[in-house]
This record gives sequence, structure tokens and C-alpha cells, in this order.
Amino acid sequence: MDLSTRYLGLDLDHPLMPGASPMVDDLDTVRRLEDAGAAAIVMHSLFEEQIRHEESGAAAHMEAHTFAHGEASSYFPAADRFALGPDEYLGQLARIKEAVAVPVVASLNGTTRGGWLGYASQLEQGGADALELNVYELETDPDQEAADIEIRITEMLRALKSEVKIPVAVKLSYFHTSIANLAKRLSGAGADGLVLFNRFYQPDIDIEELEVLHKLQLSSSAELPLRLRWLAILSGRVATSLAVSGGVHTVQDVVKAIMAGADAVQLVSCLLLRGPDHIGTLLRELAQWLEQHEYDSLAQMRGSMGLDKCPDPRAYERAQYVETLLSWRPQSD
Amino acid sequence: MTIRPKTPMEGNEAVASVAYRSSEVCAIYPITPASPMGEYADDWAAEGKGNIWGAVPDVVEMQSEAGAAAAVHGALQAGALATTFTASQGLLLMIPTLYKIAGELTPFCLHVAARTLATHALSIFGDHSDVMSCRQTGFALLASGSVQEAHDLALIAHAATLESRIPFIHFFDGFRTSHEISKIEELLDDDLRFMIDDALVAEHRTRALTPDRPVIRGTAQNPDAFFQAREGINGIYDACPEIVERAMKRLGSRVGREYGLFDYVGDPEAESVIIMMGSGQETAHQTVEWMNRHGAKVGLLKVRLFRPFAIERFFAALPASIRNLAVLDRTKEPGALGEPLYQDVVTALSEGAVRDLSHFKQSPRVIGGRYGLSSKEFTPAMVKAVFDEAAADKPKQHFTVGIVDDVTGLSLTVDPDFNIEPDEVFRAVFYGLGSDGTVGANKNSLKIIGDESDRFVQGYFVYDSKKSGAVTASHLRLSDTQIRAPYLIDSADFVACHSFPILDQHDVLAHAKPGGTLLLNAPFESGQVWDELPKELQQSIIDKKLRVFAIDAYKVAKEAGLGGRINTIMQTCFFDISAVLDSETALRRIKEAISYSYGKMGEEVVRRNHAAVDSSLANLVEISVPETASATRCLPPPVLDDSPDFVKRVTALMIAGKGDLLPVSAFPIDGTWPAGTSKWERRLAENDVPVWDVALCVQCNLCALTCPHAAIRAKVYKPEAAAGAPAGFEWADARQSDLKGLKYTLQVSPDDCTGCTLCVQICPAKDKSNPKHKAVDMAPSAPIREAGRENFAFFTKLPEFDPAELTRIDPRTSQLLEPLFTHSGACSGCGETPYLKLLSQLFGDRLLIANATGCSSIYGGNLPTTPYGPNAQGRGPAWSNSLFEDAGEFGFGFRLAVDMNDKQARDLLTRFSAHIGDAAVRGLLDSDKSSAEGLAAARDWIAHVKDKLAGIQDADARRLETLIDYLAPKSVWSVGGDGWAYDIGFGGLDHVMSCHRNLNALVLDTEVYSNTGGQQSKATPLGAAAKFASAGKASAKKDLGLEMMSYGHVYVARIAYGARPTQTVQAFLEAESYPGPSIIIAYSHCIAHGYDLAFGLEQQKLAVSTGMWPLYRFDPRRNAENLPPLQLDSPAPKGSVRDYMKNEARFRMVEKRNPERFKQLQAAAERQAAERFSIYQQLAGIVVSKADPQ
Repeated sequence: MDLSTRYLGLDLDHPLMPGASPMVDDLDTVRRLEDAGAAAIVMHSLFEEQIRHEESGAAAHMEAHTFAHGEASSYFPAADRFALGPDEYLGQLARIKEAVAVPVVASLNGTTRGGWLGYASQLEQGGADALELNVYELETDPDQEAADIEIRITEMLRALKSEVKIPVAVKLSYFHTSIANLAKRLSGAGADGLVLFNRFYQPDIDIEELEVLHKLQLSSSAELPLRLRWLAILSGRVATSLAVSGGVHTVQDVVKAIMAGADAVQLVSCLLLRGPDHIGTLLRELAQWLEQHEYDSLAQMRGSMGLDKCPDPRAYERAQYVETLLSWRPQSD
Repeated sequence: MTIRPKTPMEGNEAVASVAYRSSEVCAIYPITPASPMGEYADDWAAEGKGNIWGAVPDVVEMQSEAGAAAAVHGALQAGALATTFTASQGLLLMIPTLYKIAGELTPFCLHVAARTLATHALSIFGDHSDVMSCRQTGFALLASGSVQEAHDLALIAHAATLESRIPFIHFFDGFRTSHEISKIEELLDDDLRFMIDDALVAEHRTRALTPDRPVIRGTAQNPDAFFQAREGINGIYDACPEIVERAMKRLGSRVGREYGLFDYVGDPEAESVIIMMGSGQETAHQTVEWMNRHGAKVGLLKVRLFRPFAIERFFAALPASIRNLAVLDRTKEPGALGEPLYQDVVTALSEGAVRDLSHFKQSPRVIGGRYGLSSKEFTPAMVKAVFDEAAADKPKQHFTVGIVDDVTGLSLTVDPDFNIEPDEVFRAVFYGLGSDGTVGANKNSLKIIGDESDRFVQGYFVYDSKKSGAVTASHLRLSDTQIRAPYLIDSADFVACHSFPILDQHDVLAHAKPGGTLLLNAPFESGQVWDELPKELQQSIIDKKLRVFAIDAYKVAKEAGLGGRINTIMQTCFFDISAVLDSETALRRIKEAISYSYGKMGEEVVRRNHAAVDSSLANLVEISVPETASATRCLPPPVLDDSPDFVKRVTALMIAGKGDLLPVSAFPIDGTWPAGTSKWERRLAENDVPVWDVALCVQCNLCALTCPHAAIRAKVYKPEAAAGAPAGFEWADARQSDLKGLKYTLQVSPDDCTGCTLCVQICPAKDKSNPKHKAVDMAPSAPIREAGRENFAFFTKLPEFDPAELTRIDPRTSQLLEPLFTHSGACSGCGETPYLKLLSQLFGDRLLIANATGCSSIYGGNLPTTPYGPNAQGRGPAWSNSLFEDAGEFGFGFRLAVDMNDKQARDLLTRFSAHIGDAAVRGLLDSDKSSAEGLAAARDWIAHVKDKLAGIQDADARRLETLIDYLAPKSVWSVGGDGWAYDIGFGGLDHVMSCHRNLNALVLDTEVYSNTGGQQSKATPLGAAAKFASAGKASAKKDLGLEMMSYGHVYVARIAYGARPTQTVQAFLEAESYPGPSIIIAYSHCIAHGYDLAFGLEQQKLAVSTGMWPLYRFDPRRNAENLPPLQLDSPAPKGSVRDYMKNEARFRMVEKRNPERFKQLQAAAERQAAERFSIYQQLAGIVVSKADPQ
């Protein structure tokens, strides 16, 4: 079965790949992912704030007590023997590149234009086949206008594109008023792909200690519909390639995502739950499913359920929450 | 022509550079001021830098200097070229091995940053008392007087030892040379190869012990053989001076710097000559040249090779014209006829006369004197005074110079206005805080100036003895000619003060040259700066006609995102104002230096620093100086107004940096000082301080428990005691039922708080409607300082709570007891001091502490002020520090004395029972004195007995009077860090724990040598980076607790107050009450762990929950109850050790350097934590019944 796809200008054997996550911190896992058949490796994000904190934090902790007392000019071994900040990430990129043959997508997370963008060219030089720009941001400032945020993201992309020649995907959050318009503008600004969507750490409250807790909750297939909607809406309407991220767990989820228009399918939670080999299972199941349903190739169904092609586009366009709510019953019933 | 780089570097680096390249093995142990030499070697080895034969030397840290010397001895015997570095007590520990190395004629060079030996007091500073203790070992002693000399003579020593087979101690003055930065011409590898003869290296190798050519060394010899064999070496020693001389000539021929065994400087027709060794030579050299120019017939003989003493060369070096010799020794040998160099000179003259070596026109008169002990300043004025004395009609035969001796009258009078420094030398002094990067910036400035110009540069840095709020002074000289001025700057062209409050504490203008420049970091609008200066300073500025510049560097730093680091900003201003380089070059080089220093930390840090540099000059303003001083504010006195007389007369001057002015009579002669002087010191910190919300407070007192400086205290008292309280003084009804009817106050001393925020972190009382507000919150101190001072003064006068009133002692109630360890100079957020404070609260009135050298002895006993003090009854901790290695045995000795005195008191009391009465005797001999009531009752009986004894005319009654106080129990504790307990002092600690005596040991475990700067110890955990374990320690932390448990009779506890304060208090109470040996191993977070210590308590919790630091108590008494002696106080490890490790730079460094290795180390640490816990769990299930089977 021909499962091939083209994502970010890269010709891939199939659309399945691990999404950005700490999984790739471990070289063994990276190798297992490739062995299981991953079409590409997406590295976890090098966070802008991580860069800033790491740099200033390391500087502060290592420097704060130097030359402060007669008996000790410092409290740590010489700093120049340690790779700090993004060097660590670059090192890991190099190791992954050496370990695997499939393309490697490096990921940068940031919200402002700044010195950190300079790392993009270092990642390119370090062998990254593409970049994923993760605009992971939750705007809390009531004075921030939506338009300004969108301009900022677009400008950031432009700046990044001017730094590198390799393809760049933008990973979006769904907290934008007009995602379709933003997608179009990003496409115009040179985005080679869009990844839908980011997932946020969710807060919880410790009611005894009066503290806010941050938890990473793994996704479930229930999160997929939101992505399906926007894949379908954008499919065929933006020039960029599209990837789904968040909520793909089963082969049915994969099929739905591709039908909605995804060129690539990023997997994280299901791999964390079931192990890197799950990517192989999904791949076999996908081929089987296509055969059973008498598809010639994966390309045949890509975007088939997009807004422009599907039989009932209103299902995507209308939120239909009234209907949904009315039809919903508690599980215990 | 060979071009050698000219580089500013410190003496330690200059020496280590030669030693490292000339050696194959380097066994070291950290000790101030020699530690950096070992660290340089470790750094180079980690970088893979080779020696002159291309091999990377093996650099190994040992458990003590004795261990380092023994390892070196072994390496030498087995055929390696070995070296080591040490100072002071460390050198003493090597002495037994030094005899062996010399006796076996082993080529070896030991580099010593000469430091004072501890006598009546410890001193980290420099003199020759350590090396002079080695002059009998058979080692050659070679002295360097400057950084360049230390670099060159290190090589001479390495070359000469191979040829002569005599081992060398090459020494240079601790701090003055070891830590001075000076521009030197570096020796190239080829220079080293030129000097070190490979044939001699091969000979050394052929002498090695090897089973391929077996011989035996280290035999025991009898009266028939020993003496003759010992005399066989004479020829070797006779030949040595010429070998050294040849090596000096050979080096001179190559690099152009000529050295002799004795070097004479001065008038060839000199009548008066000074003879001396070490850095003081440079001062004397400069002064002699000046005096010669002014017509004085004086000279200087520099002694380089002190042992073997080359008598012919000595005579040859001196001019025939001499009439007066003054020999200066930088050491003191009480009871001797004179100090070592003096004695040798006198002996040489006497012997020279016998052997007809003298060419002198007349027999010279010799006087000897001491100078410079513990880095006491030695200036041209003092040199002049010595020459004056040497030529006087009736000179003092044994004088001192540099102090005022008003007791024995030995000191020379020194002219304070004698100043010979030429105007050509640019001099600058910078005052800063230890934490603001001033010293680092100045070191960098020296490098920039050194690189960008042909000028010679010199930098010397003075630190105070505190670890929090420490003030630094940087002394920089620039000159077109060689700088021979190893003394502090007296007349500065440029003075900078990088922290405004320093102006109130230090007389920063004392050494400003008239017409000079003052640069201030002033956190004010420019128009306000003048008015903020105290009146004395304004007057001084006007009198000296200084130009004044100011910048609000904190503002600039904040805007650039640099936090409190103002170093590059002030550096930029310095270059701009001083114009020592053209401004464009200076700016470019500052930025390059930033890129170099911070490049590895990332572009963001570089960018921020560059931005700060760019905006510095725009914010720099010149302040116009009015005609008259207008301030109404005067300098505050350094100590509180109600301080005792001694504190006002002596301590206050020392705090103000004027201790040098105090005469001999001001000081106790045996090292005995009044205790608890820290409470009189007026600190002037600017940090935020906690503010109490009386309504929200639950009175748990955890804030007081955690405060490292006793700056927040709790007290309960009767309502009437609050009469006359200041208006702002706050109190609440005591909440707990056991304190019913009493009032409760939580009081902050704003002057003593260092702003660490641990109190806020631990506070459990949150405002339910606004949980970010707690019962203690941090707030700026300035608005509340005055009221806070007044309230704290009132608070301290409130009566202390009587421990006998407490029904139980737990973390809450322990904090109602008076701390007798307060306001130490420990780091802000220190993890050790809360334990000591608790110890002082629980047992302070009966406490003896034997403190190992280390952080706890520095903040515990470093003058000018010390933290252990008495309570209102005059009782309090009796504290002493003997050495680093012996705190176990030292404390054990305390116990022996206390027990012996107790026993004699019991015997005598029984004898006097008829006179004293049975009730008193029974009350003292048979009652339970373990409780607070029992102790109080015993003290009452003791007072009663004393009254009775007063009326008895009997010698034994007088004896009993001196012993009776011992019938009130004493609590004896050996205290120290992990370097002491796990490494250098382990043998002794192990032994005293094996003895069935009531001695308690408190190990403040920071898992690293904190005081000397983060070298690994056997307590360093698996996976942590430390010096000498830069790739991350691969071996597990030694389980000291388990080792001690193996005795069976030792009480052992492992505690972490931030994780379980209740267990901490229990452990202290149980250890103290246990009648045998006890040891408490206490988790102590530390700046050497690399994170904001505000999170110290969180880290303690994580250390415990992840199994990195399990909590337990092993109490042998439980055997009697058929219970397992071991109780686990923390649950099985949960979560990953990564949760703990990721927060600390010591682990993160390893991860960043090599993530794969870190992963393995982390997995090993996790496995190890689980295994240890499993062992404890099994032990905690074992009953070792010792109950009587009947």
C-alpha cells in the first residue's frame, strides 16, 4: 500500500511521526521510534523562556558567589566545560541526526522576536531538516489586542524564515479568533506547514494548600474533533502542508485526520502510553484499513472530508452545540 | 627571537602552570590559599591539557594533606614525577612524609602558598610560619617574592630537584603572591623542556620500585647503621646550591631574568642592609632604590635558597662596606633567641669568621625583627623604619614592625606620611559587595589593560570575613615600569564605591589622593546624590578636592535584565572616567570579555550585558561639589550605643577596618575573647525583610526555626511585661493551650535579616481570601527599619521564657527558647545555621562545642564579631576550634575533662555531706537532672553548696568550689562539616564514636567542601558535579550513618529540618539524652548546590521524598524495650530523583555536559536510593534484644 506523503516539502514514506515531546531526549527511544517506522522525528521544543531562564539562571547561580570570599573564588568546576542553554539541544540534535536516517524536525518555542531566534540558524547548521515554530502562548494581558498578537506571530515567522533556508512549520494554538485568516497570513509569510494544535498544561487547584498545580494530562481521542474541524476548514484553502497533533490514538483517528486533510500525523500521548512500537502497529493497521476499504493509496483519501469536498460542510462550519448538548447523556444513564 | 606571552595572572596560576606541565601525578587536598593551584590542575586535566611530554597528568583529590603527601610519596617511589600544593596546617600534616621523601633522596617539588599556622587563633592569611616548620625535614626551601618569580622559581625547583635528588619546597606568600594578579612573561613548554633534563627524569624512573628490578626501601635500621647512613647524604646537600645556581643561570640565559641564591640590591657601598625572604623583598627593593636615589647607603639581600644555606654565596653577595644588618622574619618562634633567618645569619657570620669567609671591612652588627604575620601590611615606611633602626646607636635587638607594641615596646615607630610611590603609577581602589561582581570585573579590567597596552598591571583583592553582605576592596595599579609594591594602595587616583551603604561602614576616602576621582553607584536621582552622603564624607570630598561621578547602576542593570549584577556597568564607567585606555578600545574589549565569559551561558546573557554597557555612559553624571558640607547626617557608629566597653574600644575599630591601629595591649594574649559580640554589630543591609501579620499567624514558629541568622524570633511573656512597649510593637494572645494567658510576639530584627525569604517559604499560614499573602511576607526594609530596630530592642529586653515551663519540646516550643547563636556571618539562606541555633536553644546554657575548621568555624568564630553568646544568667555555649581534622577527638577531650571534674566533685561533695546536708548532696548526686526542672534544681543546690563551702576552711573545700558547677550536666558536641566527618576527621570521629562516652557529633552535611569552594567529599552524592568531580561523581555517597550504626551502641540520626522539623527536634533531644556517643547527620542546603536558597526547604523535602536523603533514628535504648533500634522516619522513595536533581546546578551541569552519562548516573542514584532504603527497611524490622532473659 502506498502510504507516502509530502510534508514540509519532505517526501515521507507515510504520515506517522512522533510529535514534539521529551521522548526524544532519550536516544534509545529515538532509535526505537525509527525502528518502529517513524517517518520523521520531531524534537521537543527549545523554549524561549527555557533559553532565557537557563542562561540567566546558570549565570546567576554560578556567578553569584564568585570572588565573594577570600577562601573560595568559586563553588563549581570551570563553567566553560559545560554546554549551557541551547548547546545542550544542539548536541542532542547532532546525536539524533547521527542515530537515525529519517528527517529530523527541530522545534523552537517562543512568543517574541529576540536573540533566541538566532538559534534557528544554529539548528539548521546542526542538521535539522525542518523547523517547527511553536507559538505556545496564553495571552493574559487584557490590553493585548488579538490583531497585535497575530501580527507578532506573523512577524516572528518572517524573522525566522529570513534566518533559515530549511522548511518551517508553525504549530498553532486554537485560541485565535480567526484561525483561518491567521493560517492564510502565515502561509503568505512563508510558512511551509501548519501543525494543529498545541496542547496546554492544565491547571488544577490544591484546595488544602491553596496552591495551583500544573499537570500534564495525556490526550484522548476526544480531543481529535477540534483538530478535524480545523484541518477540514483549512484543507485545500491554504498552500501549506498540514499536520495534526493532539488526540490521535487509534487507526481510526489517523484515517479521520488524513481524510480531514492532514499531510502528517503527530503522535505523543499514545506513544507515551503504549511505547514507541505503537507507531508500527498503527502503520500496519493503517495499511490494512486502506486495503480492507479498497483504497489505492493514502493520497486518495487525503482531504476527502475537507470543507471543500465533504458532503455536509455545515457540520464543520456550525458549532451545533445545542444539538450536541441535547443529545448528550451522562454515561451512567 | 622567541616571543613569550605577557599575561596578567595570579600567583597560584603562575606556579600551577609550571608544576602541572612538569608532572605526571598530582595528589591534592584543598586548603586556603593553595586550593586554586589544585583546581587549575584539575581544570587543565579535565580539558585534556598535556604536560611537556604530552601526557595528561592524573589529578587526584585525597582525604587529607597527609593522604595527599602519602599518595605523592608512593607515586614518586613507583617512578612518576609527582607534585602537590598546600599551605599551613596542610603542610604540617605532610611533615612525617616529607622526612621520608627527603631521606630517600627523592626528586619532588611541593609548592606552598605560605600561610600562618593556627596558634592562639586560626588565620587564613600569609606568613612563613608553615614553611619554617619544615626547615628540618631535609627539603630544600626556595622562596619567591612575586608572581613572576614564583613562575620562574617553580621551574628552577622542578629542574634542580631532578639533578640534586633533594626534594624542594617552593614557597611564596599566601594571598599577597598567591592571589595577586600581576602581568608576567609566561614560560613556554619549550622553556620547560629546556630546563628539565629527560636524562634525569629517566634516572628517577630507574630508581623506581618495580618488581622488574626489586630493591627494598623503608627498612628499619639499628644503632649500628642508622647514623652512618644518615651522614652519607652530606655530599648531596653540599652539591645542591650549585645545582640550583646553575639552573638559575640556565634559565637566565634563556629568558633574560637573572636569579641568584642570594640577590643583592642597592648601594655597592651600603652600610645598612636588610636580609629577608618572600614578597616583602619587593617592598624593600622599591624602598632601597628610592633611598639610594636620596643618598642613603642602604641595600637589600634577597634570600632565595634558604635551605641548603649556601654560606659562601651569602658572604659573596654582601658588600664589604656593611656595618649594620637587619634580618626580617615573617614568622614568630616564641622562646627562641631569634627567628629562623636571623639565627642562620648570625650563625653564618660566626662561622664565616671562623672559616675566614668574611671580606667585610668591619664585623657587622646584626639585629632581627618580625614583620607581616598573617599578611600584616609591610610598606616602604616600615622598610625605612627598619633601616633607621639598624643604623641607630642602640637598636632594638629583636624588634617588630607594622604594629604598635605598647606592652613589650619592641615595635618600631613608622612614619605614616612616608610615601614613595611615583605619580607615574596609576592607582585605583574599588569597594564592592561580594555578590555584585566587583572583583571579577576588576580582574577582567586588568586583563584588558594588560592585553591592550604594554603597561604592567597589578591587582590585589581584600575580602572581609563574612559570607553574607561581605565587602570587597580591589586594589589596582598600572605602571609603565615593573611594579614592586606588594602592599595596599595608600594614595589612590581613583576610588569607586559600588554599593552606597558601604560609605557608612568604611572610610572609603581614607586613601583617596587629593585631586583624585570618586565614582559612586548611587541609587538616587543625580540631583539627590550629594545630599545622601554623610557629612564626614562630604567634608573629605571638599578637603581633598575630589571630582565625584555617580550612576544608578542598579537601575541600569535592572533595565537591561541583569538583576543585581552591576559589574560590567561600573567597569564601563571606570574606563570612561579614568581614560586608562581610549574609550573605543575599552568598550570593545569589555564587550568581547562579556562575550567570552558569558558566551557559554548563551546569547541572551551576552546581549543583556552588552545592552547594560551601552546604556552605562548615558547614565553616568558628574556631581557638582559645593563649597561646604551641607549634610545633617553623620556616619553611624559601627556598633550599637549600648555595647560593652570592649566592643566599643576594640571590636568597633575592627569592624570599621581600622584594626591595624590597635596596639598589642588591646588584645587578649591567649586567644580568649568575649562571646556573643555579633549582637552589637550594626549591619546596614538593604534587602527586603519579613513583616508579621499578627492576625493571620498561627504561632507555629517555623519561621523562627528556619531563620539562619536568628533575625526573626518568637517570644511568649506575661501581659504585664509588655508595659512600656513602643507604639508599633505588636502582640497577640498566645494561641496554644499550654501557653494560656500569655502574650505572643514574633519580632524581626531588620538589621540582622539578610533577605533570604526562608521564613516566608516555610510559613503555612495563608490568607484564605488572598493566599499569596502569608503571616510573614517580605517588604522593603527602609520604611520599617527604625521602628523595627526599636521594637527588636524592646523584644530582646522582654524576659526569656523559662524552659522548665514547657511541657514538651517540639519545633514550635523550641523556638520560644532563647537562641544563643545569633547574627552570624553565614551566607544568606545558610542551611547549616538553623541546626546550630536549635542546638543553642535546646542545650545552650550547658553546651561545649568542639568545632572543626570550615564554614561553621568561620561564621562561628571569625572576628571581629562572633555569634555564640551567653544568656541573661551568664551561661551559654563554650566554643572552640582546634583544627580541621580533630574535632571528634577535641570534643572527646572536653568530655573526659567534664567527666573527670564531675567525678571529683561527687567524691568531694560526699566527703563534705555532713557540713552541707544530705538533702543537697542527694539533690545533686541522685536526682534526675535531664529535664529542665531537674537542671534548675541542681543549679539551685549548687548555689546552696557554694554558700556552705564559703564557710568551710579547708583546701578540699576550695577544690570543690572550682568543681561543683560540673554537677550540673554539660552537653558536649563535636561540630563540623562533611569534609571533616567523612574525610579528614573520619578516623578520629570513628574512634570517639567507638568509645562508650557521652559525646555528641553534629555533621552539617553540605555534601561538598563548602568553605574552600566546592571540592568533592565522600559525602558528595552520586551524579553531582563538584571540583575534582567535574564530570559528576560516579561513586555513591558514603553512608556514614550506616557505618556508625554498625557499632550498635551509637545513637545515629539522619535529619533534614526542612522536610520534617519534628524529627529534627526529636533527634537532637534523643542524641543529647542518650548517655553514650551520638551522631546526627544533618542535611544542609548550600550555595555550592547552585540554586536560589529560598527553595532550600523545597529541596530538602524532595531530597527526602525521592530517597536521596532518607530520614531515620537509630536509638540503642530501644533494644531494652525489645524494639528495633532503627526507626525509619521517611516513607519509601517516590517520584524520580530527577525531580530533586533538576533544580540544582550541581546536577544540571553534569546533564548539560553529557546527558547520556547523566542519565546513567541518575538511574544509578535512583537504584541506589531504593537499595539503601530497602536495607534500612530490613534493619528497621530487626529486634536486637538486649533485654535481660530473666
